[in-house]
Amino acid sequence: MAETATREFLHNLHELPHTVKDACFRLGKAPESEREESQATFHNLFLHIHSVRVHVRTLKPTLTFGLGLMATASFVITIITGVLLMVYYKPSTDLAYQSIKDIHFTVSTGRFIRNIHRWSAQLMVLVVLLHMARVFFTASYKKPREFNWLVGLGLLVITLALSFTGYLLPWDQLAYWAITIGSNIANSPRELTDAIGITKFFDPGGFQKRLLLGANYVGQDALIRFYVLHVFVLPLALVTLLGVHFWRIRKDGGLARPEDPMGGIAEWGGERRPVFQPLATKTYGLMALVKGKRPPVNRGPENTVMSWPHLFWAELSVFMVTVAATLILSFYWDAPLKELANPAIPENPAKAPWYFLGIQELVSYSAFTGGLLIPVIVVVGLALIPFLDRRAEGEGIWFGTKSERPIFWQSFFFASAVTVGMLAFTVNYGWLRNWFPNIHQLWIIAINPGSLLVLIFAAWSLFVLKRKDSVRLAAVSLFTCFLVAFTILTYFATVHRGPNWHFYWWPSQWPLH
Amino acid sequence: MSRLDPPRINRRSFLSLASLGSFFAALGTAAAGMLRLPNPAVLPGPVRRFKLGSPEQFSPGSETAFAEQNLVLFRDDEGFYAISSTCTHLGCAVSRSKDGFACPCHGSRFDSKGSVIGGPAPRPLPWLEVSRAANGDLVVNADNEVPEGTRYRV
Ligand code: HEM
Ligand code: FES
Repeated sequence: MAETATREFLHNLHELPHTVKDACFRLGKAPESEREESQATFHNLFLHIHSVRVHVRTLKPTLTFGLGLMATASFVITIITGVLLMVYYKPSTDLAYQSIKDIHFTVSTGRFIRNIHRWSAQLMVLVVLLHMARVFFTASYKKPREFNWLVGLGLLVITLALSFTGYLLPWDQLAYWAITIGSNIANSPRELTDAIGITKFFDPGGFQKRLLLGANYVGQDALIRFYVLHVFVLPLALVTLLGVHFWRIRKDGGLARPEDPMGGIAEWGGERRPVFQPLATKTYGLMALVKGKRPPVNRGPENTVMSWPHLFWAELSVFMVTVAATLILSFYWDAPLKELANPAIPENPAKAPWYFLGIQELVSYSAFTGGLLIPVIVVVGLALIPFLDRRAEGEGIWFGTKSERPIFWQSFFFASAVTVGMLAFTVNYGWLRNWFPNIHQLWIIAINPGSLLVLIFAAWSLFVLKRKDSVRLAAVSLFTCFLVAFTILTYFATVHRGPNWHFYWWPSQWPLH
Repeated sequence: MSRLDPPRINRRSFLSLASLGSFFAALGTAAAGMLRLPNPAVLPGPVRRFKLGSPEQFSPGSETAFAEQNLVLFRDDEGFYAISSTCTHLGCAVSRSKDGFACPCHGSRFDSKGSVIGGPAPRPLPWLEVSRAANGDLVVNADNEVPEGTRYRV
């Protein structure tokens, strides 16, 4: 009957706003009961990577400082701004520089978007490093989280690779020379193969360099390779690995925490109350599948709260803080753009981005050791931590094992003294070639201030192992030494290295050239 | 062989293991084959043979820097020689200093014959092959190294 069909149609039209809303938001209103809150969580693709309830310790800002989330947030920001930049950027040696100039000076909001991309990328590197430090110092890598520590290391490497490949794209002087240096570091195993005279038969260095550049020099082939890596391969790899990272956090039973951190007493918002009163819904059955330290059902008060809204408020705030920080940075500071790349005249000094400057300082003594060997030793060392330190203690507590704090401070001062001393020594007295002009190249490769630091720190860590009889404390001392040396070397190369890699107290003393 | 003492692996699981193994072997070979693609078979790039002009332009005792070609041409009493001005450490362009060459990137120093006298450079600056084109112009082949001390006489 036409009558009713028309009426039905009009009725549906009238109801349209409601039906669309109901289709999009299945609950249709803010959740009120815990049952509805859990449904809000697991009926949503983006929220359901969270468990329905979280432990109150996990929500304490001082456990994680939101660092992992900040890394995620800054990654999301770089993705969005990066896609916007792709609209104008042209990966060709003739056009790249001009297109960045256009973005910077002509395109509306171009400069702002470029700044945001640049600063959030740098922020990401910083917070990923800090996140790793927090995971380490809260001993959160222990069983069953060893695998996630490895996944995290993969994320760290990809993050660094992303920023390295992005550095070439503007095709300015800084880009050209930093990547020339970087790709020759890939070539540097030749120092070793040359010194023992086997380069003709076995040349891993040359292979790596050609793979990276597609040529023997930084040109169009290099630019397109870096572009493909930067906008596709590496982001995809990062997103994939990030998925695994988050998945593992769930499967490992949420963030690391001690067995019964609050002695059976529930606390939330200043009051003591039993929080976990299981309702008879199958919602909680889902959680029972989670392996590890899950909130047990029917075992009295538990210190968990609903993820909705507590966890989501916390996450939203971290996101907002990250966005605000990048916006402020981008508002006040412009991303640098030097002159067009010129293969005849190097930028002087040609400095890599700040997080590679520690490596650049070591490279200035010998390329293979400082640029490849030591970074590889560091990454392998970091990867081994959760497999060598296996005793279950102190998980999820800052400096949670006995005498961890004093060992941290001792290592802190020890490493500071050794690193500063080493740098002061080389600045004042030079290095091997200044004393033995005809020294064999193998010595130059072997004895780098960096390799000496590695040996000294390893010895210190062994000493702690023996004296304190604790693997965790040995790991703490080694990790602290690494962090301190990394920070000091980075600072030193950023501030105190000028033209010709000479030492200057301040950049204002650099000679004009 | 009895029911109480079964073989460690039966035919069925042996065959499935073998087929699984060959599947992964084939997959790995295919992947490795494909991954050869990024390894350039032919290195692109301009020919690095440079015509630098007629020999008369360069007086004995002179030295001329060719920044774009990254080399310096010398003429002394014994003849011509050319030294590459690409640092052997990590590839920056060196510039002339009082006692030879200095690299701006990590402070390598070379004497005026290209030998390393300081810094991290692993090798001396290469000497490059000098020859003449049909029209008599000097030609430097930047891809061909010659032993230190080699001169080209006109
Ligand atoms: C792109 C880089 C990374 C991102 C976006 C990321 C993200 C996250 C997030 C959001 C968490 C939840 C807890 C928190 O916020 O601290 C987390 C936990 C964790 N991350 Fe990462 N992470 C990254 C790199 C790393 C690195 C470099 C490591 C260590 C080598 C690491 C190891 C871990 C471990 C073991 C956990 C579990 C910690 C626990 O159970 O308390 N992650 N990560
Ligand atoms: S590139 Fe010349 S010293 Fe490093």
